[in-house]
Amino acid sequence: MFKRHAMLPVIVLALCTAGAVSAGDIAPADIEYKDGRWIEQPLTDVAGDPAAGRKVFVNRKLGNCLACHVNSEIPEQPFHGEIGPSLDGVGGRYDMPMLRGMVVNMKNALNPESLMPGFYSLDNGSRTLEKFAGKTILSAQQVEDVLAYLQTLK
Amino acid sequence: MTQNPLRVPALIAGLALLLPLAGQAGPDENVLTIEDQTIGTDVPGPEGGPLDHLYSGWRFRTAETQSLQTDDFENPAFTAVDQAEELWSTVDGAAEKSCESCHDDAATSMKGVRAAMPKWNAELGKPHTLETQVNQCRTDRMQADPWKWESGQMLGMTAYIGLQSRGMPVAVQTDGPMESWIAKGKEIYYERVGQLDMACSNCHEANYGKMIRADHLSQGQINGFPVYRLKWAGLGSIHRRFKGCMSNIRAEPYKVGSDEFIALEAYVASRGAGLSVETPSVRN
Ligand code: HEC
Ligand code: HEC
Repeated sequence: MFKRHAMLPVIVLALCTAGAVSAGDIAPADIEYKDGRWIEQPLTDVAGDPAAGRKVFVNRKLGNCLACHVNSEIPEQPFHGEIGPSLDGVGGRYDMPMLRGMVVNMKNALNPESLMPGFYSLDNGSRTLEKFAGKTILSAQQVEDVLAYLQTLK
Repeated sequence: MTQNPLRVPALIAGLALLLPLAGQAGPDENVLTIEDQTIGTDVPGPEGGPLDHLYSGWRFRTAETQSLQTDDFENPAFTAVDQAEELWSTVDGAAEKSCESCHDDAATSMKGVRAAMPKWNAELGKPHTLETQVNQCRTDRMQADPWKWESGQMLGMTAYIGLQSRGMPVAVQTDGPMESWIAKGKEIYYERVGQLDMACSNCHEANYGKMIRADHLSQGQINGFPVYRLKWAGLGSIHRRFKGCMSNIRAEPYKVGSDEFIALEAYVASRGAGLSVETPSVRN
């Protein structure tokens, strides 16, 4: 009994770690691309939750999407970045496989030189800090949540 | 009048948010005058370089932060500068010498030094940064202990020495033995690194003038270093800033004082050739 209790925090921590691949998730290397760019199959078995996705979008340690994008659906957050295009109406401009391709890895999807980070890719830059090495920026579920949120931006 | 009145405040909030962004599209037009001396913060880029125009980082800061740099009494870096002025003539080490014993009046002997750093040193077989030069004087000539790179004494002394070049154009050697160091620095500048897979150029060349969340991106020039950063509540070196930017993109930074950061410093200095030295600058 004692042993199991001691393990609990470790398990909880592992579940919370962004980028950990859990059972049922498609690992970055196993993603099937259409035309090498778009991704039809969801990355997890659990449908994305737009409310959770909105939080991932804002969180500076997770999506931090506002660092680079204006999004009028989030007026309560000051300072939206100007590096990428505005995401207003983005859910109306692209279908789900395209959006998934772009968030997973913009460098495959649209622009090989894009400075938008690949959020579910292990094809990172060199010298990645040890604590992030071999990990994706977002977990598969977080990506699906963000995608469900992006779809609401019409 | 069919509109839900509750929507109006949200709309106004949205507008208020876009206005400051619109006003920030590029460096501002402000002119930097310190103690009656006008300092050029805007010059044509060096020939063959990637930037048509160079802007000092000062041009990208808010009016409040900018104003702290226009008056040496308000510039919080001057506490350290004043202490360093005292250190300049304080005897230290077994040789019983001070900086002044060899260099006399800093206002004359140190004029132009910051503008030319990093500078090739044949004896060393590599470039000296201001920090390594100060430490070589301490160990070899004064027989005193070297100062740590990011120590109060080193930051104060490099700020005090840098101040003697204020207003002079940055003019670092790029040919001869410096060429390979600059080339190495250039490689580091354009290399995409870290989990976020970004290079210095992604932010400071392709996107300067734009907002990255609450930060107004500058060209990442080093003519104001060491800078007093309000966030640090103190002075910080060029290498500390490099380290911070690299960690932010989740890349393993090179060590402060490493050959890689010396090469990067030399390259970034060459990108800013012609900008005026502003040491010690104030940043947020
Ligand atoms: C460091 C900057 C940066 C960050 C952070 C970033 N993006 Fe982007 N994004 C870009 C850029 C630049 C583009 C334009 C595509 C290109 O590179 O050509 C873009 C394009 C897009 C597009 C396509 C928009 C269009 O209309 O074509 C979507 C969708 C998108 N981003 C979503 C996101 C989401 C969701 C996040 C966070 C999980 C995010 N971005 C984080 C820089 C960024
Ligand atoms: C993700 C964006 C980003 C990347 C990549 C980046 N920086 Fe920065 N850097 C910033 C921001 C934001 C600031 C603070 C605002 C400013 O001065 O631009 C800054 C500030 C600086 C400054 C201080 C400029 C001043 O006038 O005070 C220097 C120098 C600098 N960066 C150099 C570098 C170097 C060298 C690299 C590559 C190793 C790099 N940066 C990579 C975002 C970035």
